[in-house]
Amino acid sequence: MPVLIYTENTSGKFKKSIFEVVSYARAIADKNSTTLTAISIGNVSNDELAALGKYGANKVLNVAGDKLKNFVNQAYASIIAEAAKKEGADIVVLSNTFSGRGLAPRLGVKLEAGVADGAVALPKQDGGKFTVKKTAFSGKAFAVVELTSANKVIALIPNSYKVVETGGTAQVEDFSVETKESDFRAMLKEIVRSTDKVLLPDAEIVVSGGRGLKGPENWGMIEELAGLLGAATACSKPVSDAGWRPHSEHVGQTGIAISPNLYIAIGISGAIQHLAGVSSSKVIVVINKDAEAPFFKVADYGIVGDAFEVVPKLIAAVKEYKA
Amino acid sequence: MMKILVCISNVPDTTTKITFTDNNTQFNTTGVQFILNPYDEIALSRAIELTEGSGGSVTVINVGEVNTEPTIRKALAIGATDAVRVNAKPHDAWFVAYQIAQYVKANPFDLILTGRESIDYNGSKVAGMLGELLDLPSVSIIKKLDLEGTQATVEREIEGGKEILTIPLPFVAGTAEGVAEPKIPNMRGIMSARTKPLTAVEPAEVKTSSEIISYETPAPRGQVKLISADGAAKLIELLHTEAKII
Ligand SMILES: Cc1cc2nc3c(=O)[nH]c(=O)nc-3n(C[C@H](O)[C@H](O)[C@H](O)COP(=O)(O)OP(=O)(O)OC[C@H]3O[C@@H](n4cnc5c(N)ncnc54)[C@H](O)[C@@H]3O)c2cc1C
Ligand SMILES: Nc1ncnc2c1ncn2[C@@H]1O[C@H](COP(=O)(O)O)[C@@H](O)[C@H]1O
Repeated sequence: MPVLIYTENTSGKFKKSIFEVVSYARAIADKNSTTLTAISIGNVSNDELAALGKYGANKVLNVAGDKLKNFVNQAYASIIAEAAKKEGADIVVLSNTFSGRGLAPRLGVKLEAGVADGAVALPKQDGGKFTVKKTAFSGKAFAVVELTSANKVIALIPNSYKVVETGGTAQVEDFSVETKESDFRAMLKEIVRSTDKVLLPDAEIVVSGGRGLKGPENWGMIEELAGLLGAATACSKPVSDAGWRPHSEHVGQTGIAISPNLYIAIGISGAIQHLAGVSSSKVIVVINKDAEAPFFKVADYGIVGDAFEVVPKLIAAVKEYKA
Repeated sequence: MMKILVCISNVPDTTTKITFTDNNTQFNTTGVQFILNPYDEIALSRAIELTEGSGGSVTVINVGEVNTEPTIRKALAIGATDAVRVNAKPHDAWFVAYQIAQYVKANPFDLILTGRESIDYNGSKVAGMLGELLDLPSVSIIKKLDLEGTQATVEREIEGGKEILTIPLPFVAGTAEGVAEPKIPNMRGIMSARTKPLTAVEPAEVKTSSEIISYETPAPRGQVKLISADGAAKLIELLHTEAKII
């Protein structure tokens, strides 16, 4: 039985997190000596679809049409579940994006499947048990969950599995499903996208500021450093609560959980709720004037110093390094 | 008159240091304070705002054993009208959603709110599962919720932006920050919470589909490498040559 993946597109293009899903699902398919089918919904070019083969997809089911151009949770879930049934897929994998998190539970119910959301590693299939490691307690721990149902749904956290290029092109087929009118009750009115900077959930490097930066007027240097590093910017909760930065930048237990390759925390104390959302970053750098700040305990590199002196030096050093 | 259901979970306080016992198979609850899930508090606060002054009602429902009652009373103190407890251990999101769906099938609501996720198991699953079980639209993470008659406008978070949607009642939504400021119970609320109706019902039987086998805590990081305040260049060099990330 093939593995099915839902490959979510952003304005007609696939992001790296989707290639991670393809690579991840390819590894599962190999382990089970089966094929990998992708389903794409919305208007994506044939070249973009065929390129999924590069990461190991054998076949792509393409569901196009204006009515489905934008994400409609209920309708998309119906289509993906239909595809899983038609293909006879017993494992469905998608990315743990905002939309993916909306789809996974609906798919779980439709397919009578156990759902492993927030997966961070390949499933283990030993002795008839199918287990997946997932985040729990807001990033403070992991849980190993066994999916005991015949069908399984897995939502993979971005940046937790490496993209592997296997080479090859996928065969693209048109796929259509009869949709119910009632699946379209939620109606999209408008999409508001932030500027063209690097997006926090996609970022490999994140530069983050806390209350130690004193006020919104001091974010210029944070943005400059982030710009130089190709990084996204983030902040602690009090910073967004005070309106210095938008809520969408707030990371931590009650904000976004991120796992970039590099997290640079500037003027952030390292409260347990903040750490919850960032502790799975691969490398952590902390800049804080207080040597006793708890953040240093979980950092890989630290500079004890005043951000207003250290950050400009860091900016100069990055410029030099790039030159 | 508007009837809103708010699903509430009982979770470890956000400052809890997470540890495990029995060979990492059980969450160690010793000394752990349990609270109303912060996102559910936001959902509840918005529900109260939406019904205030219009004679509507807000019911809270929890799937949990008797030890969750202090958290349910807290929700009543904040301003919920009445409460239901499905008397069972919340085995997983599917089990929870199934129980709540059973209740809603017998007692319909105009709007069902959950938190965006529970801060213990973080599935973000209950809202979507409820939507599917009740054949209702579901929006997993909303930042804003406004009502005009029977039509709602919500803002849903997406990577790097938001979507604005209109949805007719009834539907299910998981709420995050921005939807409302959490309400703090006042003295009158705390007093009246003791006498507001809290009904316990027995769970329906249902097959579960997942099981937590064990837990792991993140691997501890090595000792932090401290660099002097004027060592910016040194830091960049280390990130390049040692950590190999830039
Ligand atoms: C239910 C709940 C949920 C929460 N969720 C979150 C969450 O998701 N995310 C989150 O971030 N927080 C969260 N918090 C808040 C958290 O407990 C902390 O209050 C918060 O993280 C502190 O933010 P901060 O480090 O920016 O500010 P502070 O704690 O005020 O720390 C500022 C730091 O800056 C340093 N500093 C000051 N001046 C300078 C300077 N010139 N140069 C360098 N360093 C300087 C100080 O030494 C200090 O360490 C939550 C709290 C609760 C109760
Ligand atoms: N045991 C429970 N009883 C009632 N509602 C719950 C329970 N567990 C979770 N929920 C609701 O579902 C939301 C999402 O939880 P989860 O899917 O576990 O992340 C929570 O914010 C609650 O609103």
